[in-house]
Amino acid sequence: MIPELGQFALIVALATAILQATLPLYGAFANIPAWVALAKPAARAQLLLVAVAFACLTHAFVVDDFSVEYVAHHSNSHLPLLFRIAGVWGGHEGSLLLWSLILALWSGAVSRYARRLPDVVVARVLAVMAMISVGFLLFMLLTSNPFERLLPPPPEGRDLNPLLQDIGLVIHPPMLYAGYVGFSVAFAFAVAALLGGRLDAAWARWSRPWTNIAWMFLTIGIVLGSWWAYYELGWGGWWFWDPVENASFMPWLAGTALIHSLAATEKRGAFKAWTVLLAVLAFSLSLLGTFLVRSGVLTSVHAFATDPARGLFILIFLGIVIGGSLALYAWRAPSVISRARFHPLSRETALLINNVLLAILCFVVLIGTLYPLILDVLGGGKISVGAPYFNILFAAIGAPLALALGVGALLRWKRDTGAHLPGKLALPVLFSVVAGLLLPLLMPHYSWNAAFGLALGCWVVLTALTALAQGSGRRFSLRAPRSTQGMVLAHIGVGVFIIGVTYTNAYSIESDVRMAVGETHTVAGYRFTFNGVENHPGANYEALRGEFAITRSGRQLTKLYPEKRTYLVQKNPMTEAAIDAGFTRDLYVALGEPLQGDAVWSVRIHYKPFVRWIWLGALLMALGGLVAATDRRYQRNPAAGVSRRDASSPNSPAPAPKPKPKPSTAAATP
Amino acid sequence: MNARRRQRLILVVLLLVGVGGAMTLALSALRQNINLFHTPTEVRAGSVPDGGVFRIGGMVVDGSVRRDSDGGAADLSVTFDLTDTESTVQVAYDGILPDLFREGQGVVALGQMRGGVFVARQVLAKHDETYMPPEVSAALEAAGAAANSK
Repeated sequence: MIPELGQFALIVALATAILQATLPLYGAFANIPAWVALAKPAARAQLLLVAVAFACLTHAFVVDDFSVEYVAHHSNSHLPLLFRIAGVWGGHEGSLLLWSLILALWSGAVSRYARRLPDVVVARVLAVMAMISVGFLLFMLLTSNPFERLLPPPPEGRDLNPLLQDIGLVIHPPMLYAGYVGFSVAFAFAVAALLGGRLDAAWARWSRPWTNIAWMFLTIGIVLGSWWAYYELGWGGWWFWDPVENASFMPWLAGTALIHSLAATEKRGAFKAWTVLLAVLAFSLSLLGTFLVRSGVLTSVHAFATDPARGLFILIFLGIVIGGSLALYAWRAPSVISRARFHPLSRETALLINNVLLAILCFVVLIGTLYPLILDVLGGGKISVGAPYFNILFAAIGAPLALALGVGALLRWKRDTGAHLPGKLALPVLFSVVAGLLLPLLMPHYSWNAAFGLALGCWVVLTALTALAQGSGRRFSLRAPRSTQGMVLAHIGVGVFIIGVTYTNAYSIESDVRMAVGETHTVAGYRFTFNGVENHPGANYEALRGEFAITRSGRQLTKLYPEKRTYLVQKNPMTEAAIDAGFTRDLYVALGEPLQGDAVWSVRIHYKPFVRWIWLGALLMALGGLVAATDRRYQRNPAAGVSRRDASSPNSPAPAPKPKPKPSTAAATP
Repeated sequence: MNARRRQRLILVVLLLVGVGGAMTLALSALRQNINLFHTPTEVRAGSVPDGGVFRIGGMVVDGSVRRDSDGGAADLSVTFDLTDTESTVQVAYDGILPDLFREGQGVVALGQMRGGVFVARQVLAKHDETYMPPEVSAALEAAGAAANSK
C-alpha cells in the first residue's frame, strides 16, 4: 500500500511540476499576476510530494519490503539499518529519486529565500527548474520506477553491493547531487534572465550566492568520493581519471569558471554573455555527468541496446535541455553584449585568463572522457585514454593558472598601474622560491617536481594572504568583506592542494610484498611486522583480519588491522584497507590474497606523505565558497547599489561608472 | 590604430596563441596516451605491432593461474592464460591481483608483448560478480562468430 502511495505522490508531483513549468512562465509573459504567484506554492507542493515519495521508498527499505523490486535488488534483512537507509540511493532508480528530491529542495529554497527578488523573476526561475523536474520525474515514471512490484515477493533481498556498504555511500551521493542539482539554480537564473531580457549586475548578484553554495556541495561531494575510493578500493590512489570521476569533475571546472566570471559580471558588468553561457554549460555538464553514470553508457556503450527506452529518453532529454538553452542563448545573447571596458592589466584580464584556462581544462577532461565512447559508437575500435594524458595536461595548464591566480587576486578592477605589485609580490616570490628549493632537502631524496609544486603552493597561499591584507584596508587585519575572506580561504585551499598533490606524487612509496607471519617489511623508516590473521565476522560478512604492528626507530607507533571480507549474500571478496592517518603522512596496509594457507599473504603497504593535504585543500576551497556566499552584499535589497565599503575598498576603486543605471544607490550604507 | 585598440589586439592574439598552444598540446598528449584494445585472437594472428602498450581482454582459463612460490620473499609474480575461446595468450604479472580476479572470470590487462608472453603492468576486474568487461564480451562474441562461420 505504502509503495503505491509513493508512486501516486510521484505522479501528482509530475502534474504539479508541469503546472509550475508553464503557468507562471506564461503569467510572466502575459502579465497575469495570479499565475505568476502560483510559482512559489507549486514549488513547495512539489517538494512535499517528492519528499513523501522518498519517505515511502525509505520506509520500504527499513521494513524490508522485498515485494518492491528495487528493494529486493538492493537490500537484505541482515543489512545494517544505516545502509538500508542509504541503500535508497544505492541503485539507478533510487538515485534518480534522490536527484528529484534535491531538485525539489533547491526549488523550495529559492521560493523561500528569494523573497527580495521581483515576483516575475522568481516565477521564471522556478518555472525553468520545474521543466528539469518534469524531465526527471517522467524519466523515473516511464523507464525507472523505483516502486515497481515484484510478484511473488522473494523471501530475501539480493543485498547491496558490498563496495557500497560504507559511510561513503551515506554522505557522498547526497553531497554530489546537491552540487550537481544546485547548478540548476544558476542555470535557471540565466535562462530566466535570457527570457526576461534583463542581464544586469542585479542578476549576477542574485546568482552568486546560489552558485557558490552549489559549488561548495559539489566540491565536498568530489572530495568525499576521492577519499572513499582511497580507502575502499584497496589501491591507495586518490584519483583515477575514471570516467565516472571525470563526469563529476567537468561541472566542477565549469562551475569554478562560472564563480569567477560572475564576479566580473556583478562588479563590472563584464563578460555577461560568457557568464550566461557558463551557467548553461555547468548545468549541462552536470546533466551529462548524471546520465553518463546512470545510463550505464560508461560501462558499455551497448547498455543502450539492453534498455533502448532509457537510452533514448536520456538522449532526447539532454538534447532538449542543452539544445533548447543554447538556442535561447543564441537568440537572446547578442542583445546583452557587455560594454564594460578594461585595461589589459586589470582584475578583469586576470579573471579572463582564469576562465580561458579552466575552460581548456574542462575541454581536456571532456575529450579524454568522451573520445573513447564516440570512437566506439562510430566503430573505430575500442581504446582507453591513459592517466598520463590528464596528468601532463593538468600540470601544464594548471601551473600557469596558479601563477596567474597569485597576481590576479591583487589587481584592481578596470585598470591597474601595476606600481603596487613589486612591493607586494617581492616577499611571496622570495619566500616561495626559497621554500620550494630548500624544503625538499628534508625529504629522503630531492624531487624537482616537489620543489616546483611547493614553490607554486607557497606562492598561491602567500599571495592570497597579501590579498587579504589588501582587502582589509591599508593595514593587515581580518576585517575584509566576507567575499574577500572567502576568496582568500579558497585560494589558500588551492595552494594546500597543490602541495599535497605534488608531495604525494613525488614521495609516495607503494610496495606490494609477500609476507609470512612474523616477517617484517620496512617502508620509509616504518617497520611493519605481520602478526598473522584471524577470523573477525561482521553483521553480514565473514572477515579475515590481519594484524600489523608498526614501529619506528624501535618505538611502537600503532597497530593496523586490514580486513579481507566475504559478504554472505553476494559472496564478493572485499578489501578493507587499514590506514594510520596523519597530518604529514598516511600509512596504508591492505591484505592481498593468501599465498600458502593463512601463513603467507601478499600485502600492500603504502607510505603516502601529505595525502591529507589534498582533501584538506579542497575542503578549504569549499569553506571559502560558503564564506563568500554569506557576504552581506547578498542579503541586502538587490535593488540597492554598491555599498560605500565596497566602493572605497582598493579592489573597486572610485565610484566606477556603472554599466547600467541602477534604481537607487541610497540605503546602502551599513 | 589607437593605444587601447592595440592593447586589445595584443590581448586577443595572446589568448588565441594560448588556446591554440593548449589545444595542440592536448591533442598530441591524447595521441600518445591512447591504449588500443586487442583480443587474444588478434595477438596470435600477429596483427598487433611488437613492443607497443595495449589492453588485452578475455576469460581466465581454469587451472592456469600459477604463482612462482620459490621466488624470493618479495616476489609476487603470477602467470595465467587469457582466452577468447578461439586463441589463448599467456599473461605474466607481478603484484596483487584485484579482489574479483578468479579463474573463469573476464578480466582486462594493460601491458605489452615480450617474447610471446603478455607482460601486464595492470590487471582489472570489476567489482560485480555478474559483470563482464564490455571488451571481453565483444571479444568472445567475435571469436564465437568466427568459429561458427567456419
